[in-house]
Amino acid sequence: MSPKSERPLSPHLQVYKPMLTMTMSIVHRLTGTILFFAIILLAWWLISAAAGPAYFDFVEDILVSIPGRLVLLGCTWALIHHALGGLKHLLWDTGHGYDLDMVEKLAKGSLILSVVLTIAVWAIAYGVR
Amino acid sequence: MTLRTPLNKVRLYGSARSGTDHFWHQRLTSIANIPLTIFLLWLIIPLSGASHAEVVHNIKHPLIAFGLIAVIISFTWHMRLGMQVIIEDYVHSDGRKLLLVVFNNLFCSMIALISIFAILKISFGV
Repeated sequence: MSPKSERPLSPHLQVYKPMLTMTMSIVHRLTGTILFFAIILLAWWLISAAAGPAYFDFVEDILVSIPGRLVLLGCTWALIHHALGGLKHLLWDTGHGYDLDMVEKLAKGSLILSVVLTIAVWAIAYGVR
Repeated sequence: MTLRTPLNKVRLYGSARSGTDHFWHQRLTSIANIPLTIFLLWLIIPLSGASHAEVVHNIKHPLIAFGLIAVIISFTWHMRLGMQVIIEDYVHSDGRKLLLVVFNNLFCSMIALISIFAILKISFGV
C-alpha cells in the first residue's frame, strides 16, 4: 500500500466536542511532559548543593525569584495533578470506575483536588519558613 | 495482497518475550512514585529557601539520601517509559523516532547519574 494514497481519513480529534474527561487525558500527558523537563530543576538543585555554598546561593536566588517561584508553582501543580491522574489510571487498571458518572466525577475531583493540594503545599511551605 | 499468514510473517523473527514489560514497569514505577512523591514534598517543603548548610545537613542523613536516590531512580525510569510512548505515538518517521528514543534514554540516564552522584557526594561529605 502506497503511503501517498489519498484515501479518506477517519475524523480526528477536532470533530469532537471538547469534554472534561478528554481534556484531563491530554493534561495527564502534558503534565508528564512538563515533569520530564522539570526534573532538570531538581537535578540542578542537588548539583548546586553538592557544589558548595556559593553556587547553591546562586541557584537558590534564581529559584526563589518571582519567575522562579511561578515555575516551581506550575511544577508543583503538574506533579500533584499527574500523581492524582496516575492514581485514577491505577484504579482503572483494576477494572473499576468506568461508568460515565464515575469517570466524570474522577475528572472533576482530580482537577479540584490538584489545585487544593497545590495551594496547601505552598501554604505549608510559606508557613514553615 | 499477500497469501502469507500472520504467523508466517512473524516466524523466525523470534519472540521478544517482553511484550508487556513496558506497560508493567510503567505501572510498577507509578505505584512506587506515590509514596516517593509524598517523601519528596515532605523533604523539600521545609527546605524551601533554606541555607546551604541546612540542605546539606538534611540530605547527608543516610535514610534521606536513600529516599532521594529511590526518587531519582523511580522518577527517571517512569519518565523514560512515558516519554517513549509519547514519541512512538506522535513521531511517525522511523529515523526520527529512533533518534528521539535514543535522546530520551540519554537524557533520563544523565539526569539519574548526575542526581545520584550529587546525592552521594553530599551524603559522603562535601
